[in-house]
Amino acid sequence: MMESLVHVCLAGISAGMFIWLVASGLTLIFGVLRVLNFAHGSFYMLGAYLCYTCLKFLGIDFWLGVIVGPLAVCVVGYVMERYLLRQVYDLELPYQLLLTFAVVLIADELVKIIWGAGSIGSPTVPGLAGSVQIVGRNFPVYNIFIMVIGPLVALALWALLEKSWWGRIIRAAASDREMAAAIGVRVPSLYTGVFVFGAWLSALGGALAVPYVGLLTTGMGEAVIINAFVVVVIGGLGSLKGAFLGALFIGLLNSFGTRFIPALDMFLTFILMGVVLLWRPQGFFAGVDR
Amino acid sequence: MKSNWKYIIVALMLLVLIGIGYFSSRFVLYLAMKIMILSIFAMGYNILFGRTGLLSFGHAAFYATGAYGVALCSMHVHTHPLVGIMVGIAAAAFLALIIGFFCVRHTEIYFAMLTLAFGMMVFSLMWNLRDITGGDDGLSGIMRGSVSLGFLKISITKDSQFYFLVLFFFALSMLLVHRIYQSPFGLVLAGIRENHVRTEFAGLGVKRYRLAAFVVSGAFAGLAGALGLLLESNVTPFAAHWSHSANPVLVSLMGGLQTFSGPIVGSIVFVLLREFIERFTHNWMLWFGVILLAIILGFRGGIVGSTTQLVKRLSKVS
Repeated sequence: MMESLVHVCLAGISAGMFIWLVASGLTLIFGVLRVLNFAHGSFYMLGAYLCYTCLKFLGIDFWLGVIVGPLAVCVVGYVMERYLLRQVYDLELPYQLLLTFAVVLIADELVKIIWGAGSIGSPTVPGLAGSVQIVGRNFPVYNIFIMVIGPLVALALWALLEKSWWGRIIRAAASDREMAAAIGVRVPSLYTGVFVFGAWLSALGGALAVPYVGLLTTGMGEAVIINAFVVVVIGGLGSLKGAFLGALFIGLLNSFGTRFIPALDMFLTFILMGVVLLWRPQGFFAGVDR
Repeated sequence: MKSNWKYIIVALMLLVLIGIGYFSSRFVLYLAMKIMILSIFAMGYNILFGRTGLLSFGHAAFYATGAYGVALCSMHVHTHPLVGIMVGIAAAAFLALIIGFFCVRHTEIYFAMLTLAFGMMVFSLMWNLRDITGGDDGLSGIMRGSVSLGFLKISITKDSQFYFLVLFFFALSMLLVHRIYQSPFGLVLAGIRENHVRTEFAGLGVKRYRLAAFVVSGAFAGLAGALGLLLESNVTPFAAHWSHSANPVLVSLMGGLQTFSGPIVGSIVFVLLREFIERFTHNWMLWFGVILLAIILGFRGGIVGSTTQLVKRLSKVS
């Protein structure tokens, strides 16, 4: 029983790290651009498929794929922000949401056309393929690696936003767009930059998920974006700290749910979300770090 | 003069629909029923989106609830279609009450996110509760029992008979939605869309009105789902999937958001366009996305909105 609990926890934490990578980009983009990007899950999925394609057809190393795949998604993000989103910043909010939603439909369907609607088996990673013994059971080395990467990304983001010159500019544009523009920040370029960076974070999550999930499916983006939504509702939209802790929590909750009440695994998450909404509608960390 | 035109158009439309019911082939009947069911779905949805200004991505959940309501009712309780439809509507409205209770605490972004998340919760429940909902296979082979009204028994087994039941509910929904738009309730909803702070200061409980709009639109979605099930005689969890929630959004946008006839015109275009596109490609959703993008970027009034503007401009010139 003890071993089982430890392993359920470990699995939950590693699953939470992928949700975190998506939720972080979502939060960052929302914090600066004030746009909720429904297509963020599609970036995750694209990151995974492009990374896989690099491995399969270009025959390159997995780690190179993790670099190349998300960079290709950055191009998609650039086109989306520069040529689509920029047209609708001044419109009412539903139009912005619907625009990102249209991108989801197009992206998901293109993935089906290019890679097929079936599941694709994914390769193992050289160097991290084995598993180690933790309290009497095997645990994949790769998952441990993921559990290290997640907090590292969080730390790097924190340092970037709080300690660097770029972070100051981003925070300035997030808190007052006009004022930032008035003192010489090129806000449109900054918006593009932040959007592309957010897309990269999500795609990185997707690329890293390739060996983890085992099977690539066209539904993987949608599963992760819904979890990310729940995370930002719980953590507070616009708060990175909330996104990190929320992702960890949702990962754990999903993991326990799947283990102990499999018929209602997703249901638990939503009950929790309902409780949070009643108790603290703005989320737990809204307004704390921004 | 202007309102007379409207009545004439509605009367003509009903006449055409009745004519279709008597003289058309099965395929045309099927398309017409699909259009009417989608119209009911979209008209109800537009009470929330066009009228109240709340963008929901979870209405497929209520559609599916209506469908499962009828299916389960006719499997376990009674095969009377009207009883089933009532059960479907009641179940959908009840679910909308629960989900709406949480969702209307927020607006705009949060509202859209919450409705999507709760909608997918319903999807995952329908997927997982295999014993009740049949899991990913769904429920199929639901027969259409005959409508018995005490002394009178009307068979609706054939499509040409069932068509008139759909037509009846379509006309009823049109009437109801029209009444809602004209009523004080409907005007308050428009007030909330335009300025919810002012509406609140006028002494009206904005949240309660939002919830009411949510439940009403959920009930219409349930009716559409119930009729959809009786038409197709099967339902799968994908009826609750978020990509299905996108249908009424696109229909409302295509037709024109703040118009009464928008959802109906949008449904006609949507169903015919889909039928047309699917002859060439399986990837209908791709074109769906492209059309949505085109509407948002350059055609925001929708068909009805743009046509009205055009007519106005022409009448000014002459």
